[in-house]
Amino acid sequence: MGAFLDAAAGTPLHPAAREALLAALAEGWGDPGRLYGAGRRAALLLDAAREVIAGGIGARPDEVSFCANGTQALHAAVLGAIAGGRPSREVVHSAVEHSAVLHAIEHGARAGHPIAVDRLGRVDAAAFVAAANAPQVTVAALQAANHEVGTAQPAASVAARIPVPLVVDATQTVGHADLPDGWSVLAADARSWGGPALGVVAVRTGTRWRSPFPADDREGGRIPGLPDVPAAVAAAAGLRAVLAERREVAARHRAMVAHIRERVAATVPDCEVLGDPDERLPHIVTFSCLYVDGEALLLDLDRRGFAVSSGSSCTSSTLEPSHVLVAMGALTSGNVRISLSRDTSEAEVDEFLTVLPGAVAGVREQLRP
Amino acid sequence: MIVDCRGRRCPLPILDLARRIGEVAVGRTLTIEADDPAAPPDVRAWCRMTGHEFVAQATAADGAAALVVRRLR
Repeated sequence: MGAFLDAAAGTPLHPAAREALLAALAEGWGDPGRLYGAGRRAALLLDAAREVIAGGIGARPDEVSFCANGTQALHAAVLGAIAGGRPSREVVHSAVEHSAVLHAIEHGARAGHPIAVDRLGRVDAAAFVAAANAPQVTVAALQAANHEVGTAQPAASVAARIPVPLVVDATQTVGHADLPDGWSVLAADARSWGGPALGVVAVRTGTRWRSPFPADDREGGRIPGLPDVPAAVAAAAGLRAVLAERREVAARHRAMVAHIRERVAATVPDCEVLGDPDERLPHIVTFSCLYVDGEALLLDLDRRGFAVSSGSSCTSSTLEPSHVLVAMGALTSGNVRISLSRDTSEAEVDEFLTVLPGAVAGVREQLRP
Repeated sequence: MIVDCRGRRCPLPILDLARRIGEVAVGRTLTIEADDPAAPPDVRAWCRMTGHEFVAQATAADGAAALVVRRLR
């Protein structure tokens, strides 16, 4: 009974990543900066992991640095691009970037310029390009695809038409969909592909990017301190396995998401399914229901064994609704995000779709006096 | 007509709106006053989803949002 339908928040390790992690814990514990045997073994493992991950994201190994997690990767990517640019430090970004990107801009930029999105959550490319061509703008930031509703962004087309570095948040995209061409700085999160907590920052050779941290010679001078070698090894093994099976898994996810979109719209009254139905991440689907307390629905589904996430304000610690849903003009109450993992089965999806209408009706009933 | 939803959290303001819209004649407006940050986007979305018109948003003296909706059906 039930299913884990919040894969975007992290899944159990991919079997290949788990196996590699255990081996690397035994072999790769040394400091890769040391010249003795244990250090050299760790350095070899780290180099090999960097090569695999670089290959998986279309970068050169010397362009790739590791940090602790996806949030830190986004912070470093944005802050380094700002630090490497001219002193005017103004950043153009979509209104639906991950909060880690928005927080980094708030922290490091003199001004941020959010560009509006349409009802599907896609940024206005012409407005984005026009804003990024203003003389005081030094950095642009655009996600490969949105983490809450799955809509793909026109990052490649934007990248070709702006004179400043484009920072691309690929933290929900790597391992699930093709990456856009043209990025200058890219951030990824190994948890999105079944790896352990590990952030990846890639900086294209020639990009004006400067470490926002105190000087340190690790990780190409970009991220200070010892990288987690076993985590990098596990992330690399996971990525290699996930990319090998990606076409097949993505096709399965696309079919399941299309089925969910169709059934939710047909069986849950007063509900809207969000995001672009076609140009999207294959594994994420989101909908909002009128007259539904999102927290109550999430807890009711949890009691029935289903783990989902929500952008409704009542489920956030700040009691603010999701800025992504607000920017789209979408209903923020009664919001549910489902994200599929490689292990999600059609039977689990069908069971969820069977349970959902009753769960929504029950939560609605509680609101009536 | 003004419906005071101060202190009412998401999704109660739009539930209040749905319950009270029938009390104004078709073509007339109703104003929801709410301090929940989800109310402004959700009242707009409710109008779109249920076929009513979102007219305007203003700020009340105490900082609450005053959201004006026209009944269309």
